[in-house]
Amino acid sequence: MNSFCKQRRNLPFWMHITGIRAIFTKSLDLACAQEKRKNWESVVGLEVHAQIKTSSKLFSGSANKFASPANSLVSLFDCAIPGTLPVLNKKAVEAALLTALALNCNVNLVSEFDRKHYFYADMPAGYQITQQRLPLASDGYLDFAVFSSAVHKAAYKKQSKIKQLQLEQDSGKSLHEESCSGSLIDLNRAGVGLMELVFEPDLKDGEEAVACVSELIRTLEALETCDCKMEEGSLRVDANISVNKPGETFGTRTEVKNLNSLRALARSIDYEIVRQIEVLEKGGKITNETRGYDPQQKITLSMRDKEEKQDYRYMPEPNLLPLSLLQLKLDPSDFRVRIPVLPEQERTMLMEKYQLSLETAIQLVNGRNIDYFLNVMDSLPNLPVKKVCSLLLTDLLGLLHKDEKTIQECQINPRQFAKIVELVKNKKISHSASQNLLLLLYRGDLRHPEQVVEEEGWTMINDPKQLEAICKQIISENPKSVAAFRAGKAKIFKSLAAQLKKECNDKYDMGDATQTLKRLLEEKKNV
Amino acid sequence: MLHQLKNGSCTVQELYAQCANRVQVIKSLNAYIRVTDEVSQVQLQESTTRYLKGTTRLMEGIPIAIKDNFCTKNITTTCASKMLENFVPTYNATVVERLLDSGAILMGKTNLDEFGMGSGTTESIFGPTKNIWGSNLISKANDIDNKVSGSQSDDFFIAGGSSGGSAVAVAAGSCSVALGSDTGGSVRNPASYCGVVGFKPSYGSISRYGLIPLVNSMDVPGILARTIGDCRSVFEVIKGCDPKDSTTLQRTLNKSKTKRSSSKFDKLCVGIPKEFYCPGLSSEVIDAWKDVADLLENSGFRVIQVSLPHTSYSIACYSVLNPCEVASNMARYDGLRYGYRATGKDLNSTESLYAANRSHALNQIVRGRILAGNYFLLKENYDKYFVQALKLRRLIYDDYVKMWSTGVDILLTPVTLSDAPLFSEFTEKDSRAQSADQDYCTQPANMAGIPALSLPVRLSKRNLPLSLQLMAPHFDDETLLDVAHLLEKELNFPHPTVKVA
Repeated sequence: MNSFCKQRRNLPFWMHITGIRAIFTKSLDLACAQEKRKNWESVVGLEVHAQIKTSSKLFSGSANKFASPANSLVSLFDCAIPGTLPVLNKKAVEAALLTALALNCNVNLVSEFDRKHYFYADMPAGYQITQQRLPLASDGYLDFAVFSSAVHKAAYKKQSKIKQLQLEQDSGKSLHEESCSGSLIDLNRAGVGLMELVFEPDLKDGEEAVACVSELIRTLEALETCDCKMEEGSLRVDANISVNKPGETFGTRTEVKNLNSLRALARSIDYEIVRQIEVLEKGGKITNETRGYDPQQKITLSMRDKEEKQDYRYMPEPNLLPLSLLQLKLDPSDFRVRIPVLPEQERTMLMEKYQLSLETAIQLVNGRNIDYFLNVMDSLPNLPVKKVCSLLLTDLLGLLHKDEKTIQECQINPRQFAKIVELVKNKKISHSASQNLLLLLYRGDLRHPEQVVEEEGWTMINDPKQLEAICKQIISENPKSVAAFRAGKAKIFKSLAAQLKKECNDKYDMGDATQTLKRLLEEKKNV
Repeated sequence: MLHQLKNGSCTVQELYAQCANRVQVIKSLNAYIRVTDEVSQVQLQESTTRYLKGTTRLMEGIPIAIKDNFCTKNITTTCASKMLENFVPTYNATVVERLLDSGAILMGKTNLDEFGMGSGTTESIFGPTKNIWGSNLISKANDIDNKVSGSQSDDFFIAGGSSGGSAVAVAAGSCSVALGSDTGGSVRNPASYCGVVGFKPSYGSISRYGLIPLVNSMDVPGILARTIGDCRSVFEVIKGCDPKDSTTLQRTLNKSKTKRSSSKFDKLCVGIPKEFYCPGLSSEVIDAWKDVADLLENSGFRVIQVSLPHTSYSIACYSVLNPCEVASNMARYDGLRYGYRATGKDLNSTESLYAANRSHALNQIVRGRILAGNYFLLKENYDKYFVQALKLRRLIYDDYVKMWSTGVDILLTPVTLSDAPLFSEFTEKDSRAQSADQDYCTQPANMAGIPALSLPVRLSKRNLPLSLQLMAPHFDDETLLDVAHLLEKELNFPHPTVKVA
């Protein structure tokens, strides 16, 4: 399941509908921050660590499973027992290769492993095996769409370049228990394969960063090369952030490490941008440092222990041969054809084939609503796509959201859904009746949609005379409002329309109804 | 030995008893860190049964000793360091596994310089290993003067290193064969001083899995034996690809050159590299070198002078590459998961604990190399030192490639500059100076990854072994052993007889 969906469940309904902008920062005084940010440009570059979805670790045979008893998945190699040697997991290379190709990277047919040295209690060998000098792949890019709920902004497309994709080992975990005097170390994660994706500093704020990472998550999930469960740490993001005055070169950057939710990613970046601006405007200097994000206080903090300049003393890993894809009998062209349809292609397809807006396309692709949509469209011919989208994205998703369910768990099958839309299209039921019908079926009514309409008496009345009669009745019952309207108070029409809707009892087309009412009011006005 | 066991001229029990006795007799030489008689008794039982049943394996009943930097399951493996004094591996190194699986009997774990860093077996927390030559343990029947010619009575001839324990164990006949490890000459150097065969096979032909590393890109498990025949038997058992070591290769050895009779040697060309005629080379070694070259020529070899111009840079190159890999490999010894753990009130941070563990439990040479290696690997120094050293290494490697391509099949060189020095002479120099002398002739083979072998030739005026080195192209280990075998027969080196307890 998409971690993005999981996070959205706890949010108000409107946020869910309007998408990612919803999870945005409240900790900052937004108005003030926006004002400050006007005179500055901000630059954000991401580094993503994605755990490779393989059954065993990158260089050892231990299982790769989350939430296992501490230190139960540790081979001799994983805890750096002297004399043990790494043996590369071919499956991990395959997953990384597929990912690299899906992210439009140039794949290096021969890449190399390096040791990156630093002492840390959960890093048993005193170094991490990574690919610093010659990574598996480089020079890729990720296309994504930024969907902002901010009223004045439209959705837009964006690209972030990928500098390199490298294979490396994950570290273990240190647990600082207060109940015991020392730290506890769990090496289950030590040696799990990671794909580190280094993005170029192409983004400008938290919103774009979230959009980029969300797209990456959807891509990796489609490829099935990573679980992307940020809350479990199977996908982690570091953000490099700097600000500069327009026309000037990039400022000194800070790095915020180990962001394990999209919310934290957005908030820490936006916080950091404003913090840097404030420091600079007060005449201060930004130091190149690593900062951590405190989700309680919603601020970033300097990580003092890492302030000292680290020199990782990189060295080629002497126990592994260069990674040669040919020697492993891995042909990139075999992998290229295995790439499934990716979110960006889906959005393009939706916009071209169904003339949908970018916003709608985004909403359909996010949360995997697209499959349901396509099934609906294929169920019956010539369905009005706008009606399908509104009934799906507003009404059905709204119902699902209240129950904390996803579209995949929906009881209404796409054929039933298509039938509802067809009933509207053929003017068999009104728009509001379709919403009622949807709710009934959603709640598990097993009757055929047409049967429900008949038995509930929701069949739409397509008789202009009856409609006119109702409108006239409204006019006669509301002399004051009618007079006001005719005197030029156009706003009063709303209350009249509301009464009309009530009177129509979902049996009339409301478009027709309001037009009729308006016509009758105008007629008299002109007399 | 195997031949005698198999043809029945000696039983497993007899051989074992003889070796076990010698283990006791040579105790004062400090060759063994740990004698594993409980294990060996069990293995002896099984071997005895198998000889009775006729189900013997390749190495059935052959007593072996293992350098204490190869992991042995449930048997403490110390690397002669305080750091691993109580480290008990839960697994066998591949080479150990292969030997035990083929019926070998483990007599014990042998002494070495701490983590293999040294060339005398003088830098062990268990004390130095003494050479059996020049000791009073050799039976007079051998007509060898066994007096130490040094001034002080407590002085002794060094065993060489870092596999000195294994070399002495074999020289004394306390085991038929022993494993050592060779990074810059650590098998060949003590073999040379102790008068045994010391074989460093081609890099990649033998698994390093379970060998606690010194320099991964140069370490090769090596074999110490009294005879080329025993050496070859062990090589047959331990060689070959290991899925646990990605740097091993399954290469079919050059069949056309193997199994040749002596009459076919006249087609082979022996190179005498002039760069090995180096400062400090003793006249006795030079004479031996000349004589053996003549011997080969008379046996039908074509003997020519060759040049390996970058030979003298090998030590400088090694003195950068070795510390770099050492610094990296030693980073895991933090005392958290295994190994020495310091205690004290002042150890209130992870850093202070690391610092205490490492400074208490690693000797000065080890710590010095860690410091140097970390310096060379600093971002600002990497290109200046490490990259330069790699380039040098390539030049040395290329020297050999070019030289072999001119039709040379085998090289004959010195292995050590002289016979074994006295402990007092040896320890006058610091570790770097020792290495510069001791490794000069052996080091290049590690740089090039080629097979090399130290063969005892004759005794010096002091009645100490003099040895020479043979080298062959990468993966032509068989030719190397063939030529060594031929020389062995011609030279008839006098092995010592140890006194009976």
